[in-house]
Amino acid sequence: MLAFIIRRLFQSLLVMVAVGFIAFSLFNFVGDPVNNMVGIDATIEERQRMAESLGLNDPFPVQFARFAANAVRGDFGQSFRLSVPVEDAIAERLPATLELVFVAALLSLAIGVPLGVYTGLHRNSPLSRLLLTVSLIGISLPTFLIGILLILVFSVWLNWLPSFGRGETVDIGWQSNLVSLDGLRSIILPALTLCLFQLTLVMRLVRAEMLEVLRTDYIKFARARGLTNRAVHFGHALKNTLVPVITITGLQIGNLIAFAIITETVFQWPGMGLLFLQAIQFVDIPVMAAYLCLVAFIFVLINLVVDLLYYTIDPRLRIDKRVHGQ
Amino acid sequence: MNTRAPVLESAGSAKAPVLQVENLRVEFPTRRGTLVAVDDISFRIDPGEVLGVVGESGAGKSLTGAAIIGLLEPPGRIAGGRILFAGERIDTLGRQEMRRLRGRHIAMIFQDPLTSLNPLYTIAHQLIETIRTHLDMSERAARKHAIELLFEVGIPDAGKRVDEYPHQFSGGMRQRVVIALALAAHPRLIIADEPTTALDVSIQAQIITLLKRLCVEHGTSVMLITHDMGVIAETADRVAVMYAGRIAEIGAVQQVILGAMHPYTHGLMGSIPMIDRDMDHLVQIDGAMPRLTEIPPGCAFSPRCKEAMPTCFSERPDLARVGDAKVACWLFEGDEKTGRRSEEANAAGKGSDPDAARLEAEANSDIADRAKERASAGASDIDRKTDEIEGRTATMADGTDDILVQVSDLARDFDISPPLLNRIFEGGKRSVVQAVDRVDFSIRSGRTFSLVGESGCGKSTVARLIVGLYTPSGGRIEFEGRDLARIDGRGEIEGIRKRMQMIFQDPYASLNPRWRVEDIIAEPIRAGNLLQGRKAIDARIAELLVQVGLSPLDGRKFPHEFSGGQRQRISIARALASRPEFLICDEPTSALDVSVQAQILNLMKSLQKELGLTCLFISHDLAVVRHISDEVGVMYLGRLVEWSDAATIFDAPMHPYTRMLRDAIPDLKMTGQDRIPVAGEVPSPLNPPSGCHFHPRCPHVEERCRREIPQSTRRDGRLVACHAFEEGRLPPSKSSIPDDSIRNPE
Repeated sequence: MLAFIIRRLFQSLLVMVAVGFIAFSLFNFVGDPVNNMVGIDATIEERQRMAESLGLNDPFPVQFARFAANAVRGDFGQSFRLSVPVEDAIAERLPATLELVFVAALLSLAIGVPLGVYTGLHRNSPLSRLLLTVSLIGISLPTFLIGILLILVFSVWLNWLPSFGRGETVDIGWQSNLVSLDGLRSIILPALTLCLFQLTLVMRLVRAEMLEVLRTDYIKFARARGLTNRAVHFGHALKNTLVPVITITGLQIGNLIAFAIITETVFQWPGMGLLFLQAIQFVDIPVMAAYLCLVAFIFVLINLVVDLLYYTIDPRLRIDKRVHGQ
Repeated sequence: MNTRAPVLESAGSAKAPVLQVENLRVEFPTRRGTLVAVDDISFRIDPGEVLGVVGESGAGKSLTGAAIIGLLEPPGRIAGGRILFAGERIDTLGRQEMRRLRGRHIAMIFQDPLTSLNPLYTIAHQLIETIRTHLDMSERAARKHAIELLFEVGIPDAGKRVDEYPHQFSGGMRQRVVIALALAAHPRLIIADEPTTALDVSIQAQIITLLKRLCVEHGTSVMLITHDMGVIAETADRVAVMYAGRIAEIGAVQQVILGAMHPYTHGLMGSIPMIDRDMDHLVQIDGAMPRLTEIPPGCAFSPRCKEAMPTCFSERPDLARVGDAKVACWLFEGDEKTGRRSEEANAAGKGSDPDAARLEAEANSDIADRAKERASAGASDIDRKTDEIEGRTATMADGTDDILVQVSDLARDFDISPPLLNRIFEGGKRSVVQAVDRVDFSIRSGRTFSLVGESGCGKSTVARLIVGLYTPSGGRIEFEGRDLARIDGRGEIEGIRKRMQMIFQDPYASLNPRWRVEDIIAEPIRAGNLLQGRKAIDARIAELLVQVGLSPLDGRKFPHEFSGGQRQRISIARALASRPEFLICDEPTSALDVSVQAQILNLMKSLQKELGLTCLFISHDLAVVRHISDEVGVMYLGRLVEWSDAATIFDAPMHPYTRMLRDAIPDLKMTGQDRIPVAGEVPSPLNPPSGCHFHPRCPHVEERCRREIPQSTRRDGRLVACHAFEEGRLPPSKSSIPDDSIRNPE
C-alpha cells in the first residue's frame, strides 16, 4: 500500500512537471509578456529593463525553476487583466465551480446508478427502452443547447428557477450556494445541465456491468442458494459493478471541473470556467497557466483517490496474492 | 396430486421419490423458430440415491438441472411435462415459492469453484447470508453453524479461515466451500453440475469422496451431471445417458457401463481411453452431436449410428424397458415394425415369479453379449492398421543414434518478485518460481513422449522452452544432437524451428476468427516460403485438409463454421503444413468431448504412423497419455519424478506420486474397491517443500526425503527420482487385474 502510494506520487510528480512545463511555455510562445505589460509607446530600453526585471533574460532552465518554485507556493503572478494575484482570482472562483461539480456528480450517481441497475435487471421492459432512448438523446444534444432549453422551460415559461448567477451565497469559509434556499435554487439548473452527460454515462456503464455480472457463476450460485432478489442484485451484483463505475466517475469529475466552461457560460456562473474563458479572450497568460496546473493537479488527485477506493472495495487488491495451501 | 402444502415444509414421506421428472420439455424460442433443448425426458431420484447424468456438451443435461431448480435463463422455458419434488409439483410454483425452495430443499453446485464465490465477500458473509435466508437463526448461531459446515467439508482451521476471502483459498478448498454453501440448509436434493471437471485428478478424487460421504451421512440425493464416465462409475447408483436433448439410456450404473445397449452409449464407452490397457484404436463415433437447429427426424443419433435401420431415420424411439434398464433405440424396441429383439424385451418386461426372474437374468446377459458382439463388429469396421510396436521395451535404450530431441538439465525460473518499492516499504521478498527444475529426457525419432502432471507442474513450460517461446535459464535442448542455444545464424535456427510445430489446447482461441481456413493453414507455408505459386499452395492445402479428414472445400470457410473437433483438425493441418518432423501437442484434446477426443486421438495416431512424426504430448489425462504414448515422464512441481515406457508406468507405477495419480483415476469397471484419495494439495510452487517436493504427501516419507533432493535412479528400464525407490523401501506396486468385461475383444 505504502509502496503503491509512493509510486503513484512519483508518477503524479512527473505529470505535474510536464504540465508545469507546458504552462510555463505559454509565457514564451503565446505572445510576448513584455508586450502585454508595457504600453504601446514604450521604448526599447524600457522593454529591456522590464524583461530584465522579470528575469526574462535568464537562461531557460533558471526561468523554469523559478516558475516551478513559485507555482508550488501557489504564486502564479499577477493577472494581466484583473491586476490581482492569480491565486486570489482563482480562490474566489474555485468554490463556485467545485460546488457546481459536486452537486452535478452527486446527481449523476444518485440518479444514474439506480437507473442503470433498473435497466440492467429489466432489460426488455418498456421503461428501460424509454430510458435508454432518452439517454441517447441526452448524450447527443450539446450541453449548451440543453442548458438553454432548461432555461427556457424552467425560468422563462414556468418561472420556477433563476436563469443565471449563483444567487445568494453565504460565507462558510468560502462563499457557498448550498446553505441558502436561493443559492440552492440557483444551482439546480446548471448542475442538471452539467450532470446530464455523466448521468447517461453512469447509467449505461452500470447497466452494461450489471448485465455482465448477472451472467457470472457466483450470481447463478447465489440464486441457486435461494437468496432473495434484493440480496442478489444489490448485495452481490451491484458491488461487483462498482470498480469500473468509480474509475469512470473519477475521471469524469476531473472532466467536469475542467470543462464546466460551457455550462458556466450559459448560466453566467461565476466559476473558474468563466474565468478561464475570459483569460483566453484577453490572453491573460498567468491565469491560463495557473488554470492548467490546477486542473492537472485535480486530475492527479482524483486518480489517486480512485485507486485508493479500489483497495477498499476489492479485497483481492488489499491482501497479497498469497494462496494458502493446506 | 394432493393439495399443495405451503412451500413444502411437510417434505413428503421418506419412501417416495425425492424427485420425479415427467415428460419434461425445455424450449428456446428464437427468431428462427423454437429450439427444443430438452425433449420429453422422464426420470426419478429416490431418497439417498445418486443419479448420474452423462452426455457430451449440448446434450441438454445442464438445462435439465436448471429447469428442475427453476433457473432456466430466459428465453428458455419449460414447455411441457411436470417436475415433482417430494410428491409435489414444483414447476408451476411462483417465483417467490420457488426461491424459497432453492437452497432450502434443492441445492446446486457448479463446475468452476474459482468463479462460484463472490470475490468481494468473506466466506463467513456468504455462508451466514445463506443460512439466515433459510433457517431461523441469530447471526451468532449462523456463524457457529457456518464454521461447523466448513469443518464438515474438511477445511482445516475453519474457525479462522471462515473470515477469509475466496481468493485466499485454493481451487479444491473453494469447491469444498461451495459444497458447504449448498449444504447450508440441509437440502434433500443436490444438483451437482460438473462439480469436479475444473479440478486436478487428486483433488477430484477428494471432492468425489467428500460428496459421497456427505450424501450417505445426510441421506441427501444427488443428481450428478458430468461428461466424465469415470466419475459416474464411481459415484452414481443409476445413470441416465443423454443425447441431443433426450435420454438414450437409463439404468443401474453397472448395467449401463458394463452392458451398454444403446449404440451411442456403447460408442461413448469405447471411445474412452483406458488407463490399464493398450489399445491401438479407440472406438470412433464419426461426426458430432447435431446442433439444436438441425436435430434430424427420427432417432437423433441415427446419422452417426452404425446400425441404423430405415425406421431410425423416420421415427423417434421412445424409452422402453429392457431388463433393468430403459433404452430409446429401435434395436431394442418390442415392436412389430422391426420385430428384432422383441422376445428379449417382452421377457424382460414381465417377471414377477422366480421363473421370469431367471429369464430376465438370461435376457440381460444375452443383451450384454449382443451388445459386445455389436461393438466388436463396429470396431472392426474401423480401419485398423495393426500397430507394430516393435521392441517397446527397448525404449530406454542406450543407443543415441535415433534420438531426435534431447533435453538435459533444463531449467526455467520466473521472477515474480514484487516491484522494488514494495520490497523496500512492505518487506516483500524476492521470489523466484522454478517452473522447470533440471529436467532430463530424450525423445526418440518417430515416438511419442508424454509429460503428465497436475496443473502448475511445469509441463507446458517445457513445451514452450523446446519450441523457443521461452528461453531456458539453464540446461540444454538438443535437436538432432545440436544444442539449440549454440546455433548461430537466424536462417539456421529458423530452419530447425520450421521442423517443430505446436498444437494448442483451445481450438476456439488458437485460430484467427477473421481468416479463412485456407489462409490459416497456408500461413506457415507462406511465412517459410516453402512453396511458390498459388496453385502449388492450394494443392497443398487441399492435401492437408484431406489428410486431417476434412474436405478441400472447407478451406473457403471461416473457423466459426466448425465444431470444436473440426477446429482441432484445422490446427493439426496448420501444424503439418510446414512438413515438420516434431510435433508438440499441449493438451490437444482436453477441451473436447470424449467421442470427439477419440476421433482426434485416432487421427493423430494414424498421422504419426503415416508421416513418421515424433511427438511431445502434454496432458493431465493419464488415460489419454497411456493411449497415445510410447514413453511417459511424470512431473511434479517442476521436476521429473519418473520416466518410463507407457505400459510400465501405468501398470506398475513406482514413484509414490505416480502411484497416487494412478490411484486417483476413477475405476470404470467398478471392481468395487474404494480408492483412498491422497490427502493434501499441490503446494504452492512459490514455496515448494524442501528436499523431495512430494514429501509432505508421501506415505513413504523419511527424514532424508525432507533434507535431500532425490536424484534419478535407473532400474528395470525406468528412471525414478525417489529416495525410497533408491533404498528399495517401496513396496511393489499393485498389479492391475486385467478385466475384459467392458472392452470389446481385440
